[in-house]
Amino acid sequence: MNAKRIEILVGGFVLSGVLGLAFLAVQAADLGRLRGGDTYALTARFDNIGGLKPRAPVRAAGVTVGRVNAIAFDGGIFQGVVTLDIDENYRFPKDTAAKIMSSGLLGDQFVGLEAGGEEANLADGAVIAQTQSAVVLENLIAQFMAGQADRAAAPANAGAFE
Amino acid sequence: MLANSDPFVELDDLTFGYGSGPPVLAGLSLVFPRGKVTAIIGGSGCGKTSLLRLIGGLHAPRSGRVIIDGEDVDRRDRSGLYLLRRRMGFLLQFGALFTDLSAFENVAFPIREHARLPEAMVRDLVLMKLNAVGLRGAAGLRIADLSGGMARRIALARAIALDPDLILYDEPFAGLDLVSTGMTARLIRKLNDATGATSILVSHDVPEALGISDHVVLLASQGRVVAQGSPDALLASDDPEIRQLLHGGSDGPFRFHYPAPTMAADFGCAP
Amino acid sequence: MTAAFQVLLQVVGRTALERLRAAGHAALFSVGMLAVLPASLRHPSLVLAQVYVFGNRSLTIIAASGLAVGCVLALQMYYALLPFGAVDNLGLVVNLALVRELGPVVSGLLFAGRAGTALTAEIGLMKAGEQLVAMELMAIDPRRRLFAPRMIGGLVAMPLLAILFSAIGIVGAYLVAVPLIGIDATSFWSIMQARVDVLRDIGSGILKAAVFGAICMVVALYQGAESEPTPQGVALATTRTVVVSSLWVLCMDFFLTAVLLSAP
Repeated sequence: MNAKRIEILVGGFVLSGVLGLAFLAVQAADLGRLRGGDTYALTARFDNIGGLKPRAPVRAAGVTVGRVNAIAFDGGIFQGVVTLDIDENYRFPKDTAAKIMSSGLLGDQFVGLEAGGEEANLADGAVIAQTQSAVVLENLIAQFMAGQADRAAAPANAGAFE
Repeated sequence: MLANSDPFVELDDLTFGYGSGPPVLAGLSLVFPRGKVTAIIGGSGCGKTSLLRLIGGLHAPRSGRVIIDGEDVDRRDRSGLYLLRRRMGFLLQFGALFTDLSAFENVAFPIREHARLPEAMVRDLVLMKLNAVGLRGAAGLRIADLSGGMARRIALARAIALDPDLILYDEPFAGLDLVSTGMTARLIRKLNDATGATSILVSHDVPEALGISDHVVLLASQGRVVAQGSPDALLASDDPEIRQLLHGGSDGPFRFHYPAPTMAADFGCAP
Repeated sequence: MTAAFQVLLQVVGRTALERLRAAGHAALFSVGMLAVLPASLRHPSLVLAQVYVFGNRSLTIIAASGLAVGCVLALQMYYALLPFGAVDNLGLVVNLALVRELGPVVSGLLFAGRAGTALTAEIGLMKAGEQLVAMELMAIDPRRRLFAPRMIGGLVAMPLLAILFSAIGIVGAYLVAVPLIGIDATSFWSIMQARVDVLRDIGSGILKAAVFGAICMVVALYQGAESEPTPQGVALATTRTVVVSSLWVLCMDFFLTAVLLSAP
């Protein structure tokens, strides 16, 4: 087999490998999303970010509109500061709320944006005023236990007035 | 001893053995005269092939030195060894051609590796070498398609591709028919005369070897030199060892039977 | 008692020393191979020819195996996810399994079997035919001229094969999941796209594949170069290539996975 033919075949092999990689990256991984697009930054502060990780999705109405860029701790106000990269095409009103939610019981956490009603939109670099922290399981259990205790106490109290 | 030929290859008190086994060569000292054909003849296991491989630097001797044109053959000095090997052509037993390349490419191999020449020049050189061995027309053949004799000659063309100063032949006539043997023998002589190289050949084929060599060395086990001299001088000798080595004879100073217990002991019969 | 014990100790000691020597010999060979790799750059045509031998010629088995594994994975994972009601994640699970693990590892094992044995046999037979010695005597280092191009060829081919294995596997899984089982096509791809990271998942798979390729090539070359120049010797060497390569691949897979997954 002469050199020319081998070169062509090997070139074909490498090309198919590259195409396979492109397929994997774009169709089967997160490369195709929001990489080409331009984004603008928004900041949100949370008392507790829970299990939120960088590169977690930012969703509005269930649709992914951006990614979590960075998570930092602000020692001055003792809150978690989350920087979001939002797709240029999506603008949100100034009174939009950012909540940390879970996708399903076992799912990863993401930032959900609930749009407000104001006319003016959040500008590049703006801070989202309304935030809701992640639900922490221990707090939930404590609340539940406290609620149970109240309910147990209530009939006892009611009985006391009888 | 040839008095007025300076040595091209010298063996100085060479001792060698494989692994930790018994010595194959014990304190061998020899001189190979420059520009001449020297034949090494001896029975099997006398160390002829090992000797050749030591000259080629394939093994390191246990003691002693191999000197080629004044340079020590030292396996530890890789680049020095390679420089020496570029002046050497080695025809291995059965040729050892590269089976995945054609005849042409086999001969072109050392040329392409060691010299930066345009392809046209390489082609001319290769065809010239093939022509010298009479196989210019076989250039395009695959190795698998060659007969034994042809393969041996292609290997010879490859061995002389870079016009070496020293050509080593390991059993060049082994397994060849009479006609090919004669051709190969004449080629060896012709090459030596035409290029002024020094040739050392190791062979079992006594008549052919004697017919083309200037100097003959007879070896016995462990590289013991039985005799050396011109072919005529040795042929005329009366020494029983020399006679057995040169003329055959099933039994003589070199025994037919490998040392063994007595027949009675092995076969359990009455002595 | 003590005499027998002494003999036992001697045998154990000798075997241990011999194994140690063999391991050292192999290690030196591997390091020597790494040292001569840059030499291949002088012979790009040789490297190309070897990429063809190891890459193109392995395509059939890699493609077929990838398809088969992908289809089976889809089936198995479907039944595994069903009790959790998480069947929509089928695409994601299959993808991660292939790209991170099965792609590089199965390709590596197949590569060891197909390309590794061919290489060992080739080198072993060349050794038996004294071709390696002939080359040495022509002042040409067989490691640079023969071994290095083959090693680079394998190093280039392996990651490409692993990628193709994974890609074809995912397609196979899709074919089973959507038309056959009836999973929603959109969620098959979208959940996958959301959670598979190019660098972390695909990248780690490629890195693993490259390492496995290097291992297979070094082992194959070593076994071939050290083989006995007889038919039995070459046969034994090819068997050893498969066994040793496979074990190393599986071993390194664990370590690489541990290292790669713990990295941020």
